[in-house]
Amino acid sequence: MGRLRSLLIPGVDKKLLVRDAVKVMPDLARRRFIAGGASLGALTLLTGCNVVDGDSADQLLAKISKFNDAVQGWLFNPDALAPTFPESAITKPFPFNAYYEVDEAPEVDGKTWKLEVRGLVDNKKSWTLDELYALPQVKQVTRHICVEGWSAIGSWTGTPLRDFLKLIGADTSARYVWFQCADKDGYNSPLDMRTALHPQTQMAFKFADEILPRAYGFPMKIRVPTKLGFKNPKYVMSMEVTNEYKGGYWEDQGYNSFSGS
Amino acid sequence: MSSLAAAEGHQTVIPAKIIQPAWVRVMHWINAVAMIMMIMSGWQIYNASPLFDFRFSHSITLGSWLGGALLWHFAAMWLLMINGLAYLVVGLATGRFRNKLLPLTPSGVIADVKAALTFKLGHADLTVYNHVQKLLYAGIILVGIVVVLSGLSIWKPVQLHWLVTLFGDYPTARYIHFFCMAAIVAFLVVHIALAVLVPKSLRAMIIGR
Repeated sequence: MGRLRSLLIPGVDKKLLVRDAVKVMPDLARRRFIAGGASLGALTLLTGCNVVDGDSADQLLAKISKFNDAVQGWLFNPDALAPTFPESAITKPFPFNAYYEVDEAPEVDGKTWKLEVRGLVDNKKSWTLDELYALPQVKQVTRHICVEGWSAIGSWTGTPLRDFLKLIGADTSARYVWFQCADKDGYNSPLDMRTALHPQTQMAFKFADEILPRAYGFPMKIRVPTKLGFKNPKYVMSMEVTNEYKGGYWEDQGYNSFSGS
Repeated sequence: MSSLAAAEGHQTVIPAKIIQPAWVRVMHWINAVAMIMMIMSGWQIYNASPLFDFRFSHSITLGSWLGGALLWHFAAMWLLMINGLAYLVVGLATGRFRNKLLPLTPSGVIADVKAALTFKLGHADLTVYNHVQKLLYAGIILVGIVVVLSGLSIWKPVQLHWLVTLFGDYPTARYIHFFCMAAIVAFLVVHIALAVLVPKSLRAMIIGR
């Protein structure tokens, strides 16, 4: 919300501005644009109550979403594994999906890239790709489920995040691992620690046994088969172990923060 | 909960007998609001990744974009599930389902469909459902159960993976969720049309008599 709020101009009617802006937006941009006010007409129609104060409805929905975070945390079984599939079930071609076109995907130079580690960890050294490639890796063939509803089965290979967290002496009693990425507009996303420690959550370096291509998040993607796709950050630049909820690119726009599957 | 029985026992003192007890009316309208919110927000969610070659008009969806629609959908689901569960428990416990929906036989349905199509189906006593009503009401309860279960399975395909397996796989569960919605919308069209044709049935669902 902070990002959006900073765009508002004092003295300009927010609702009119939103309405005009949405009209000129291409579909892709409209999709990620919050215009909560527009939903209130429908609520008025349904309940017969005139919900003039748009913010109060949005606040109630945000509160219920927080409640849903808690429910999902309670439902989350750290030992429950996402179903795995045979290689023959892999979706080909695996879809590219982002809030930008594939030719706008970040081009990260693997030779100079270093994974930055910050926050509640003993060893804050940065990691080169070669150092990370030297860590033990495991392969998983799991279903990637997008918040939009579609899904695709893919094969990822990488180091279990919990092994890496142990290696760097992370405080695993902290609440989140917060990832920052190279996507344009600065993608980031928080991952709750229990999910970060799930056996299938991994720092993925390969897709379909090949070095992660640019489209799928080179040099590193966090593969979390117990979360919706947008909680699987690509083009990861840094990770921070923290107790603070620092928000995320989509989370701040209204996607449910836990978004577990 | 015994208003129906009480009303029948004192027909001489009460001017009109209660057709729809208060709990049915309250739960019916809560369900109506929750269901419409679920359907309209569901259409917006569908639009983000359509299963078929069409999208729902933005003017009839709730939530204005995918994120907003998901907030509505996962808020209204509590209203739908808690109210629906209470309805099933009370309906079974009071014997209302048994009294109203059974016996339900194919021959009875065929006879009543024929009668309905030739406009010979009476609505003199609204407390007794004909076989077409029995089939539709029993059917829509089943569809309601399946729409909730398929919805839960695509909401939590890992934690409730056994539920996904019950439907086949994740994409299949998504289709089933969609077709249940379509069945509910089809039911709604018939249901509302008949309520308009027999206005006293609508009155009974509002004031009970």
